[in-house]
Amino acid sequence: MPQALIELKQLGKTYVSGDLETEVLKDIDFRIEKGEFVSIMGPSGSGKSTLMHILGLLERPTSGSYHFAGKNINNLDDEDLAHLRNREIGFVFQAFNLLARTSVLDNVKLPLIYSQDKRKMDERARKVLKSVGLDHRLNYYTNQISGGEKQRVAIARALVNEPAVIFADEPTGNLDSKSGVQVMQILQDLNAQGKTIILVTHETFTAEHAQRIIRVHDGRIIGDDQVKKRRFAVDGETLK
Amino acid sequence: MLGIIIGVGAVVLIMSLGAGAQSLILGQLEGFGSDLIGVLPGQSDEKGPPASVFGVKVTSLKLDDAEALRQEKNVSHTAAVVAYYQASVSLSWRDQSYDSTLYGINGEYLQVDGGEVETGRFFSDEELDSNLRLVVLGSTVATELFGGNDPIGQKIKVKNQTAAVIGVMKERGQVGFQNYDDLVLTPLLFAQKEIAGVNYLSAIRVKVDNADNIDESMEMVAQTLRERHDLDSPADDDFSVRSFRDALDLVTSITDALRYFLAVMAALSLLVGGIGIMNIMLVSVTERTREIGLRKALGATNRQVLSQFLFEAIALTLIGGLIGLLAGSLFSYLTAIVVRSLGYRWDFVISAFSIFIAIGLSTFIGIVFGYYPARRASRLSPIDALRYE
Repeated sequence: MPQALIELKQLGKTYVSGDLETEVLKDIDFRIEKGEFVSIMGPSGSGKSTLMHILGLLERPTSGSYHFAGKNINNLDDEDLAHLRNREIGFVFQAFNLLARTSVLDNVKLPLIYSQDKRKMDERARKVLKSVGLDHRLNYYTNQISGGEKQRVAIARALVNEPAVIFADEPTGNLDSKSGVQVMQILQDLNAQGKTIILVTHETFTAEHAQRIIRVHDGRIIGDDQVKKRRFAVDGETLK
Repeated sequence: MLGIIIGVGAVVLIMSLGAGAQSLILGQLEGFGSDLIGVLPGQSDEKGPPASVFGVKVTSLKLDDAEALRQEKNVSHTAAVVAYYQASVSLSWRDQSYDSTLYGINGEYLQVDGGEVETGRFFSDEELDSNLRLVVLGSTVATELFGGNDPIGQKIKVKNQTAAVIGVMKERGQVGFQNYDDLVLTPLLFAQKEIAGVNYLSAIRVKVDNADNIDESMEMVAQTLRERHDLDSPADDDFSVRSFRDALDLVTSITDALRYFLAVMAALSLLVGGIGIMNIMLVSVTERTREIGLRKALGATNRQVLSQFLFEAIALTLIGGLIGLLAGSLFSYLTAIVVRSLGYRWDFVISAFSIFIAIGLSTFIGIVFGYYPARRASRLSPIDALRYE
């Protein structure tokens, strides 16, 4: 079997708070190959966000193993994880998480500041902003642009270091349906260009834009299927 | 921030004012050379002033004592000796009257006390040894008595005696604790015999050829006087021998101590400012928890987050320190202008040390008080930080 981008074995996560132990994830097993578009779907409280945080190297599992691009993350220290997040992973959050009172361009350059490769920061940031259609907003502050534009800035920021995988956590959750379509379209385009996309959502409709859906419930995987009738976002349509 | 500004500003201001005040005092004291020995009547403790300073009349010092000190077999290295009789007198010319200080002098007065003649002339050596009724006026006295008139050749009343003005001294301002402008000089014998009717001296000053010989000469002066007064041990001394260098050292050490004490007080206020900075930084870390989480998610390492917040703290304190330096310098400069306008010598000094204090101390405070909040920021888990509302 070729090396998977993401490989989980018997992965579990338990939060301990005082004497109280909460098991959030249990016996998680799956692989995600390079170039896949996968949705992780489940109701709120199902553990899907925690799963995404572990996949995104923001949190460590408490049991089982996680190999990212062949590396067992249990053998990596916090600094290694920070470097991996910087180089190989891009995040798109529901709440955008852009720096306020900072220009669009500077927001996109932020990952480059923490990167080892600091060449042509401006040029690279401009290029990804152009690819999401925001080259006319470079010097706007992030509080001066619309929600859809904010999420496209966030996507540009996720792309700027040319990562192996993009994690999108409810990326359309705070958007009107028209902007949501645009965001989904960009994600599908990126996937068509070979980028691995992992989408976290609670909506079936949004999840069906992926090729594969992993269903999570009460911390366990209850389904892992290919999408039979995949939806494609087309500009001008609405999500519902 | 304000705490740092005030703290650094106060340190700089105090250091600068201290240096200025010291220059004022020392400048006046240095008007007297470090090669002068003063002999005052009456015994005194090691450093305390003799009783005569407080106006108690002590009559133990005589003109013959001064003459004895002049002889090389008694005191070697002597360059000049002046005997003084000092008293408060009232002066009058026509309907003008003025109260001043009378200095009856002999010997090499100009060498010892300094000063220059503005108009007229000074006493000749023969005149100083005589009891001639001549006076030389300080500039203030001349102005007060004569206004715009030429005082040379005029007769004035000194207490109840008449004397002729032969010269007016050039203005010198305050020198040490002595205002030479508010002074009337007469030959010693005229002052002692005619005006006051006494036979004792108020002081003797001995100028030595070289400041290095001052300790040796002081001992010889004391020895000579002890012999002349039939005294067996220093405990019985009816006089005090002092050097102006002693006074200078004393004043320097007092002003230094005062200056550093005040600077330490100001530095303590910096500490308070530092705690203020720490508070600001802690609030900032809390307010920016989400930002910290985001930066970490985007690949910032703990070390990078730590240094970012540390640099922000240092930048805050450094800016505060520089503003404080400017503010302190400005106030010090204004003080210098005001004091100079009052006619005193006042150096405007911003020492390299106080610039170092301003920059070094505020950076140091930034590091010390920024470290805790910065470390707290760097230790935040990216998820906790991102979830933080």
